[in-house]
Amino acid sequence: MTTPDVTRGRAPAPEPTPVRRRRSPAAWVRRGGLSALVFALPLLLVFGVFSWLPIGRAVLMSFQETNLITTTWVGLDNFRAVFADPLLPQALRNTAWFAVLALLFGYPVPLVAAVLMSDVRRLKGLFSALAYLPVVVPPVVAVLLWKFFYDPRPEGVFNSILGWLGAGPFPWLQDQTWAMPSLVLEATWAAAGGTVIIYLAALTSVPAELYDAAEVDGASIWRKIWHVTLPHLRGVLLITLILQVIGTAQVFLEPYLFTGGGPANATLTILLLIYRYAFGQSLGADYGQATALSLLLAVLLAVASLAYFRLTRRWSTS
Amino acid sequence: MTTTAAGSHAAAHAAAHGAATGAAGGNLGRGEGVQSRALAGRPAHEGPGSSSGRGSRRRRRARDAEADRGILSEADWRRPLVRRGMSTVHLVMLVLLVIWGIGPIVLLAKFAVTPTQDILRTPLAVFPNGIAWGNLAEAWNDVRVSHYFLNTVWVAAGSWVSQVVVAATGGYVLSVLRPRYAKALQWAVLATLFVPAVVLLVPLYLTILDPPVGSSMLNTFWAVWLPAGASAFNVVLVQRFFDSLPREVFEAARVDGAGPFRLFWSIVLPMSKPILGVVSVFAVIASWKDFLWPLLVLPNPDLQPLSVRLPSLQGSTDMGVLMAALAISTIIPVLVFLVFQRLFLRGAGLGGAVKG
Repeated sequence: MTTPDVTRGRAPAPEPTPVRRRRSPAAWVRRGGLSALVFALPLLLVFGVFSWLPIGRAVLMSFQETNLITTTWVGLDNFRAVFADPLLPQALRNTAWFAVLALLFGYPVPLVAAVLMSDVRRLKGLFSALAYLPVVVPPVVAVLLWKFFYDPRPEGVFNSILGWLGAGPFPWLQDQTWAMPSLVLEATWAAAGGTVIIYLAALTSVPAELYDAAEVDGASIWRKIWHVTLPHLRGVLLITLILQVIGTAQVFLEPYLFTGGGPANATLTILLLIYRYAFGQSLGADYGQATALSLLLAVLLAVASLAYFRLTRRWSTS
Repeated sequence: MTTTAAGSHAAAHAAAHGAATGAAGGNLGRGEGVQSRALAGRPAHEGPGSSSGRGSRRRRRARDAEADRGILSEADWRRPLVRRGMSTVHLVMLVLLVIWGIGPIVLLAKFAVTPTQDILRTPLAVFPNGIAWGNLAEAWNDVRVSHYFLNTVWVAAGSWVSQVVVAATGGYVLSVLRPRYAKALQWAVLATLFVPAVVLLVPLYLTILDPPVGSSMLNTFWAVWLPAGASAFNVVLVQRFFDSLPREVFEAARVDGAGPFRLFWSIVLPMSKPILGVVSVFAVIASWKDFLWPLLVLPNPDLQPLSVRLPSLQGSTDMGVLMAALAISTIIPVLVFLVFQRLFLRGAGLGGAVKG
């Protein structure tokens, strides 16, 4: 009890020497250290227990074998088991195929839509609301609904519509070749609206003077899009590209609910494989192997995005 | 949050990347300016450049077109070829967007009140054998959609509280109070943005089974609520918003004798309604959409939210009732979106601004 009194008495004097004040707990409290800590507490606790701890644990677990009661160190065995799994190349191929298809379907369309929509003069709100509406539908509902649309019988919804045009019937999810594009089509429907809104927001940030200047120089509409609009969107376009790849590399919901990975593992993705290792086995969960595979995926993604940013930075500054 | 959250988590990635490249003076950091403008400068209700410009349309037209023009200039619009061409393009787009945006939802609504036999035999015919309103009642009562629906609401509400509390207090510490460890803390939070959700899946599950303190959280809502709070994206968003608030106000309040709690409650929180609105929208949407995480930590069907429950209804109920259940779980988010459209679209655009 004496120490605080002493410091309090002295406090006004050593004002310019902060080093000494920090040493005393009472001064620390008085300067707001305690209240700052109180405010930091929710963040520290929640991040500590549910983010930092599990991240650290992930690294440890990939070298361990655990069944919740006993934990043994197994060195690189988990990684060896992952690489020995004959399903791994298949899952990698499928995930890459999903990502490529998602880029083909989902990357150019929102851009074209947003550029066209940015010049809508009436009911612009209606346009963006319509584009965004599928994003609001709960993903599980969307998948279950589309699963019914993909009914392979001629009476199925999509097959009926295509039947009017004289095409089909298509096997959709039942067929090894068609299953993945079907998944991607639904995923694109569910996600494209968000990208459109992002592009629209970016388009409003293009300075009007640039367009004015281009017009003074006699630029046509196409040249304005090519020389003003697109260069201005480049930053956003570069980022949405890598984000989409990172997102699609972790796709789970669509293959899990549409096909469960089938037919004949044609839609087995890496996350589905991780899920199977950890939670989908009747013989007992292999948490170590699952964590090893997720770490490998994370490292792969990190390397890919680093390379991507290195590459595009050089490219966009030149 | 740990699941397919390509949306928010991926956006979070971007925020970090943007921050990193911005700090390094890279070209991608250009978006930073856009972002701070979007966060700070835009008025709470309607900005001049807002993409959902309904209310301001007339004003905007009356004003000089200069200020808020698109790619086409007034001169372009006066050319009949351009005007007719663009009108056609926009009309075609509107039709496509209606098919894209409303088509599947209208079909779902139709299926929800169609007898199962008709759904299976003639899915596109318009009620050949009458309307089956009974589907809805059966789904709501017999399949207990009402119960799971309440679970969904409960899960979303708790996740919302935990995200807003962590983001607001965390942002306040990092931006306003700035204790000596703030920098380290900020990096620790930012670092989690670079860790993809998939890495957390298994270790987080084991943490829920066997937390550092207390007993297993499996089959409790806490297992969903608390991890939801650990969203670095929210913290960064709120912190950047607080950074943009005028320091003079804080100083004035301090001079008037406001302590950190008073400053937080009476000054910072009232000023941060726009950003907390955005965080809230993100939080509720994310938890409404979440599937894998609640599936893992809530194996007890009585506790499962609707999204987790729906797939298991597939086998046990007939098509009409399943469609009714799907429709019921769609109607609330769609209605909420239509009412708070502007907030949603601004939030989505904001995600993009952070990305930029």
